[in-house]
Amino acid sequence: MGKSIVSEGGVRSWPKEGWTRVPYWVYSDPEVYRRELDTFFYGPGWCYVALDCEVPEPGRYKRSWIGERQVVVVRGKDGAIHAFENLCAHRGARVVWQNKGKVDSFTCPYHQWNFNLDGRLQGVPLKRGVLGKGGMPADFDNAQHGLKRLRVHVEGGSVWASFAQEGPGFEEYCGPELFALIRRTFSGRPLKLLGYSRQLIPSNWKLYMENLKDPYHATLLHAFLITFGLWRADTQSESVPVAGGKHGVMVSRNVGRKVSDATAEIARNKSRLVLEDTDTVTPIGEFDDGKVIGLTIFPSVVMHQQANTLGMRHLIPKGPGAFELSWTYYGFADEPPEMTRLRLRHANLYGPAGLVAMEDGEVLSESQLGASEYPHRSAVLEMGGRDVDPQDHMVTEVLIRAFYKYYREAMGL
Amino acid sequence: MNDIARLPERPEAPSADVRALCDELRDLYDEIADLLDRDRIEALPGYFVDDCLYRIVSRENYDEGLPQATLYCDGIRMLRDRVLALRETQVYEPRHWRHFVSGVRVVGVEDGTIRATANVMVTEAMSDAEPTILLVGRYEDRLVRRDGRLWFVERSVVYDNYRVVRSLIAPV
Repeated sequence: MGKSIVSEGGVRSWPKEGWTRVPYWVYSDPEVYRRELDTFFYGPGWCYVALDCEVPEPGRYKRSWIGERQVVVVRGKDGAIHAFENLCAHRGARVVWQNKGKVDSFTCPYHQWNFNLDGRLQGVPLKRGVLGKGGMPADFDNAQHGLKRLRVHVEGGSVWASFAQEGPGFEEYCGPELFALIRRTFSGRPLKLLGYSRQLIPSNWKLYMENLKDPYHATLLHAFLITFGLWRADTQSESVPVAGGKHGVMVSRNVGRKVSDATAEIARNKSRLVLEDTDTVTPIGEFDDGKVIGLTIFPSVVMHQQANTLGMRHLIPKGPGAFELSWTYYGFADEPPEMTRLRLRHANLYGPAGLVAMEDGEVLSESQLGASEYPHRSAVLEMGGRDVDPQDHMVTEVLIRAFYKYYREAMGL
Repeated sequence: MNDIARLPERPEAPSADVRALCDELRDLYDEIADLLDRDRIEALPGYFVDDCLYRIVSRENYDEGLPQATLYCDGIRMLRDRVLALRETQVYEPRHWRHFVSGVRVVGVEDGTIRATANVMVTEAMSDAEPTILLVGRYEDRLVRRDGRLWFVERSVVYDNYRVVRSLIAPV
């Protein structure tokens, strides 16, 4: 930490303007990327891995990711959720070969080393040899050769894991503002899994975090949101960096369509258009505060709420130039079928074919194509001023500035 | 005796009626693939009944029985709105798609509803790059005959891809 990064292009140094500039090498430099994985994903922070409704009973497991490392999330015999690396303690093969399943224990297919549901090694075939020959040394201790276990925290049905056995707790990592907003959705009300969408976006993973810290673009790029009144530049809104800029809170409201000075300026606002099925843009209120809130929970997930769709957008980096975006859509176990149907309909806004989200995949791909050839140039972030304080509107890039303030400190850049 | 010996017999040859229906479906699928290839997506809703389901769903969700679809339209109005959005609001890099449909099969006919399936592959070409495979999967369809023509009650496009690369812009 704190050591300068030396790459083919020479020593990487941040532009003198500070956090109003983002040098494009942060999106393509392999050395920067490696340091990000170690600092943010494999360090003391907490990463999203699952919803508890995905592993509803003992023995049920799912594979997930933290950074580029695959992990297994499983419910143990006592009902507690465990997580460990999908990496056999023997020769490094992946132990679990399916994305989901139910087991009594895990057996590596290679030499059949057997691990119990919390990752402890419980059996090694031929451990005592055959006919008195071979076998493990007498002092071989199973307890020293379990799967690498992660620290796990479950918050109201959302499951988080950390590689660090010591470090800040989940609540401390989030900070009070973010933690309260996670609890707003994950209050402990039982969840219902609706399904997944997965896409591979050919752009640096941070560009996605930035996209969700940028309400300014949503008022311009996403004509569907603007045209049909789900998002407007003139609605009461907030852009609040939290935990020193590490995380971000974006607040808006679904207020319906209206032509105002602000929307008239937006070329893509097509006020003449009407939908035949307006149910798809008409949410039922479900949060007492009336707010629509998007959370960027660094580094692993964006929590979305828009209309009646709720989702976890899990960021899984795949090298400096690509990331997988895994969307998990959910509702609540006790909700009426009409609400579930609305969630499925409103989910059309998101995912790789989303009426809104497809445009993010498109522009991020184009940004990466542009930025990767010009590592020595920089992005300009001066919308809404040059500071990093919370703002009560959405015509701002304050969340991205605040994020890079945090990022530079954490990365020593 | 092991299980191999208990495998089912080869099924009987399809009847002339089923063969004729299969031919008719093959023509219909080719017709729709052609209009999608030619960017005439406005014509797609015209093949569906009002109370229809059109969806593109990952095999992962489909096999687990999860309702979430990557693209989901229940009812003809929602399908027409999807076409409207594609034409009027959506921002994407222009590209060309080509559909390859094969293995058209009639799965069964019950109470006048035909269940049919076919393999589908869609390639995607940006204007400055070679085509890539956008998705590979199968159509899981339900159709009815009205006024002598076939109409879709349901078209579920179940794709094998674990991930969609970049974006899925249009119905396939």
